[in-house]
Amino acid sequence: MTSTLTPVRSKRSALTKGQLPKYAPYAVLGAALIVGAAILALIGFNAFGWGLVSAILFAIGLVSWSAAVEGSRKAKDKLATCLVVGSFLVALLPLVSVIWTVLVNGVPGLINPGFLTNSMNGVTGAYDNKAVENGTPVLGGIYHALLGTVEITLLATVISVPVGLLTAIYLVEYGQGGRLAKAITFFVDVMTGIPSIVAGLFAAAFFFVVMGPGTKTGAVAAVALSVLMIPVVVRSSEEMLRIVPNELREAAYALGVRKWRTILKVVIPTAISGIASGVTLAIARVIGETAPILVTAGFATSINSNVFGGWMASLPTFIYTQILNPTSPSNPDPSSQRAWGAALVLIILVMLLNLVARLIARIFAPKTGR
Amino acid sequence: MSKRIDVKDLNVYYGDFLAVEDVSINIEAKSVTAFIGPSGCGKSTFLRTLNRMHEVIPGARVEGEVLLDGDNLYGPGVDPVAVRSQIGMVFQRPNPFPTMSIRDNVLAGVKLNNKKISKGEADVLVERSLKGANLWNEVKDRLEKPGSGLSGGQQQRLCIARAIAVEPQVILMDEPCSALDPISTLAIEDLINELKDQYTVVIVTHNMQQAARVSDRTAFFNIAGTGKPGKLIEYGDTHTIFSNPVQKATEDYVSGRFG
Repeated sequence: MTSTLTPVRSKRSALTKGQLPKYAPYAVLGAALIVGAAILALIGFNAFGWGLVSAILFAIGLVSWSAAVEGSRKAKDKLATCLVVGSFLVALLPLVSVIWTVLVNGVPGLINPGFLTNSMNGVTGAYDNKAVENGTPVLGGIYHALLGTVEITLLATVISVPVGLLTAIYLVEYGQGGRLAKAITFFVDVMTGIPSIVAGLFAAAFFFVVMGPGTKTGAVAAVALSVLMIPVVVRSSEEMLRIVPNELREAAYALGVRKWRTILKVVIPTAISGIASGVTLAIARVIGETAPILVTAGFATSINSNVFGGWMASLPTFIYTQILNPTSPSNPDPSSQRAWGAALVLIILVMLLNLVARLIARIFAPKTGR
Repeated sequence: MSKRIDVKDLNVYYGDFLAVEDVSINIEAKSVTAFIGPSGCGKSTFLRTLNRMHEVIPGARVEGEVLLDGDNLYGPGVDPVAVRSQIGMVFQRPNPFPTMSIRDNVLAGVKLNNKKISKGEADVLVERSLKGANLWNEVKDRLEKPGSGLSGGQQQRLCIARAIAVEPQVILMDEPCSALDPISTLAIEDLINELKDQYTVVIVTHNMQQAARVSDRTAFFNIAGTGKPGKLIEYGDTHTIFSNPVQKATEDYVSGRFG
């Protein structure tokens, strides 16, 4: 009986029998890549097809090997893993592709001196022609568009956050599922689906009636954008206010605190991080809108810092006009370089906003720790 | 700093549903009164009507009178906020405000109402309230830390400190120990014994031993069946209720034959 006490090192443990070796996925991946390359070489090589064929071969190879060695349960597990990871890669592909394309095309425009500090005022086709023919630097920049985007979005936020937040407070704290609350919820849902051009036309038509025909200013654009923003702000704030535990409200009431003070000092501070990130996401949603700004603020080539008077440029309309109507029709390359640069700035702006949202959420989050 | 409560012929409704029927009870000042009874018999509902907290639930209403030293809580023109600043409440689950520090939690009743208070007065109030809740020694070095970092029992004592910081006349406790371990429960029970020197305490509990340990008088509530209203069956000295009750139902309940 002593033999059972001495461990047998040479034999593999009975508990780990019937498993694929650790290197199995890598081996299958290598084989799939090689076989995939070989197949693609027969019908004409391209990277996309290589990736696709290799991925299919990898999934088939790993699953059937696993089925042969480990049995059907493990094989199903491997198949599900392949599907999940594959879907993730498919979802990631457009994002990476967009960022890569914009970076490659946008960086030359962005590092051009004066790109962020100059407007397009006085930049004519003649300069662009010269830049292409003589290799001089591309003139002109996006300062006016950047300023317009920031000012219009800021004004839209100033309009929509109070309206949206107060609506959400009414729905959660006072509406109590009444008829008015249900109607508001319904119309907010309808508003969420409004096409952005319709919001732009509404704002334009509204100001034509009130201020006289042809009124196109940054403020009109801000109103159009807030029509798009308000439902998003209402929806996200409502969710955030709803998840504040009722116990906290009751605790405040039991201390003899009035309802409005309870909302202001207990409910909103508890939900503020979620509300702040909801607002930032709403801003990110409207900052790239093109159509409503075209019909409400027009587009300008010079600096206009007054949102309440005169046409205003914004980054999306700048991109749109530079691509569609290049400054020099015979040499559109400088214009498209400026457009890509503006697109890169827009993406950076949205990413910064997302970072700010995370930061705000972290700063305002209920404190933990001992 | 304590007042008596007299309840006359009180009916509590949720919409059309009669939840508690015809309760009359006299709660003495500077005493501990316990409400016992099976789940769903309306003792928590009844407790919440004593500081109008049931009005938080849409459709809840009462008929009858609740007199705080002779003043009807449900009289015309009475502000529920004024009622609640005199009758504090501690809830089943500890609910410190997560955005506030321990110190701010104690001062919540003052600060949320925007009352001006100097730093010196605030320090005195914080120390007195936390000492009153037997929590001072455990938290005096970390008053600026968040209240949610305390243990469950400490959080519940923090909630009691928060309730006594507004200097109420009456403290209502809705199963304050049901989420706590035996040691924290003991700490709260000791605290209740001290609180009755200054306050009128009303406590709802599922734990009959707890009622027997902490209360001077006990009220037994019962319900005839699902969908029927809860009723006050018997009310008397705790000793009498547990050793020599008048009603058969009370005797069955306290001796563990049902419920």
